[in-house]
Amino acid sequence: MSDTAEHTEAAEPVLTFLEKVHAKAEQDQVDGKYAAFEKIEDVGIDQGVARLTPEKIQKTINGVLKGECGTRMKTYVETCVHCGLCSDACHHYLSNDKNPKYSPVGKVKRTIWNMLDKDGKLTPEECREAVIVAQTECNLCRRCQQFCPFGIDIAYMISTVRRISFKLGITPQYIQDTANSHSVTMNQMWVKDDEWPDTLQWQEDEGRDEIPRLRIPVDKEGADFMYSVIAPEPKFRTHLINQAAVIFDQAGCDWTMPQLPGWDNSDMAMFTGDFETMGRVKKMHYEVAQKLRVKKIVMGECGHAFRSVYDVGNRWLGWRMPPIEMVHSIEFFAQLFREGRIKLKDKYPEQVTFHDPCNTVRGRGLHEDGRYVANLLTQGVVEMSPSKLYNYCCNAGGGVINCGPPWKTKRVLSNKIKAEQLARMKDRGINTIVSPCHNCHGGLEDIIHHYGLEMELKFLGDLIYELMEKPGAVE
Amino acid sequence: MHAFYNLVSGPLVWVAFAIFLIGSIWKVFSLLSGTKKKDGYVFTYWSWGHAIQSYIHWLIPFMSENSRQQPLMSVMTFLAHLGIVLVPIFTMGHIVLLEEGALGLSWIALPDQVADYAAWAVIAGCCFFAYRRLVLPQVKFVTSCSDFVILAIVVAPFLTGAMAYHGWGDNLLMTSLHMLSGEIMLVAIPFTKLSHMLTFWYTRGYTASEFGAVRKVYDW
Repeated sequence: MSDTAEHTEAAEPVLTFLEKVHAKAEQDQVDGKYAAFEKIEDVGIDQGVARLTPEKIQKTINGVLKGECGTRMKTYVETCVHCGLCSDACHHYLSNDKNPKYSPVGKVKRTIWNMLDKDGKLTPEECREAVIVAQTECNLCRRCQQFCPFGIDIAYMISTVRRISFKLGITPQYIQDTANSHSVTMNQMWVKDDEWPDTLQWQEDEGRDEIPRLRIPVDKEGADFMYSVIAPEPKFRTHLINQAAVIFDQAGCDWTMPQLPGWDNSDMAMFTGDFETMGRVKKMHYEVAQKLRVKKIVMGECGHAFRSVYDVGNRWLGWRMPPIEMVHSIEFFAQLFREGRIKLKDKYPEQVTFHDPCNTVRGRGLHEDGRYVANLLTQGVVEMSPSKLYNYCCNAGGGVINCGPPWKTKRVLSNKIKAEQLARMKDRGINTIVSPCHNCHGGLEDIIHHYGLEMELKFLGDLIYELMEKPGAVE
Repeated sequence: MHAFYNLVSGPLVWVAFAIFLIGSIWKVFSLLSGTKKKDGYVFTYWSWGHAIQSYIHWLIPFMSENSRQQPLMSVMTFLAHLGIVLVPIFTMGHIVLLEEGALGLSWIALPDQVADYAAWAVIAGCCFFAYRRLVLPQVKFVTSCSDFVILAIVVAPFLTGAMAYHGWGDNLLMTSLHMLSGEIMLVAIPFTKLSHMLTFWYTRGYTASEFGAVRKVYDW
């Protein structure tokens, strides 16, 4: 009997990880998981839609399209020749059997064109479709803009749909909750004013087990830089603060973290179209740095926060560029290595692959810096295809993961193309993905888990902390 | 028939050119003044260096990533657009008419054979574009009737011109239809999607400026 069982097991073909992904996707199809996209319920959207009236819909849509938007939007709409060349840029389209409704231009057709064609007279059901497209089917990753012969900024058009949805009161519940948190507490996670310095103190204590002299300098005026993080760090990934403190301490940095609100650089209000709250949050972030008279802001490994602080929030506040110099930690780590301030005692024993966050690559061209650091830390970076500035999004960014559990399956299934990319890496013996972005970690973790890819995810900070020389450490 | 020919080769030429020129000026003026009024940041971030680099990358086939990924489309688009620009300006018949007409100026002409090939490239390009619209789901989904009308407006002067050149059909009729369709196309440029001829420089240039000057990354 046992012989037969062994025989059966041996005869089973060994699937490559790519084949596993394909098999899983086929099973998802059979299980009706893709078809279930149409039936997803979200309290924030559904209750909001139920409150809509024809007058409110038309007034709100036209108020934004004709009032807030101008010639640029009009020109994009008039210039698009419906060539469909943006389609292959989009991971939603590629992952959903090239269903044209998920192509970038298809999504514009289902939202902005519809609004313009009908002079804002959408039915509540059409408003529901528009917010679902804008908040869950587009990550604002700007890859399509790089593929459009006219350079049409579809992310801007979809952001406008989010703005309209916000004004209609039909934003998905989970992301609206985080935007509310920004509005009330000036951070994304409802972290209370006393919990924040308490967390810093806690992480300082933790770090002192290893580095007895370790300090997390709070509110130190005139330091070289202020380190800012996203609120999920104190809430869920607290060890990252400890790791950063150790890295900065051992690299001899003169740094500080603010005690007061403004310490959180994240920004979900930017992604819900609540630009008023976004402006308040960003103003406080810049101001807290200015009050500390630091020379610059160094921010943690997050993509969307970088977009918000470097590119979007400043503009809303009337600053051409941020009013205080700011760098992403990719750039900062690269600088520390170039200056010889971090020395490595060891190298990560394997080759790794590098997943570029859209907002640091298409938002700041940091792909080479990222690889410079990752190559120093490991046995080398093996490139996914496509990569660098053409990298596919993790499908978590742009606030999509923040729309929460109702949308999780759709989010993961709509990035089968990323799973295939990762599976090809895994089939080449690459077990580790380096990605310097919280959202990318969230998105990729879900994909790795769903498709059984058994890969590990690392921040650059994880690797630096693990591999650097720490002269101040005790055994 | 002669009356029709006289109309399309006389007053309508002037009307068409006038509408094309004034319409184009209006289009560009309204684009810039509207931008100044509500989207002033376009000027704030504009960077000619990045814009020009981007124009070059997108106007030469296979220089942009997407162009490399779509080789057939790249070749057809490039040839069709080249023909659309070259044939009207550098065909012997057009130059002679303009010289004998009001301009009194002439310039170098393409050999007839080359102009003929270029015209057929435009026709082939338009057929290819129509084929894509009918067959490729991602293009079909966003195609409406007006997209075919635009293609018809573009193909008509090239098809009738080629027919007149080869002596197919009644020559006077073909020449007259050729002139009429050319005039329709001229008039349509500022007021239809053909205005991408004018707005390309704006949308491409602004994106290039944002990508290059602010985000330090290529947009191709």
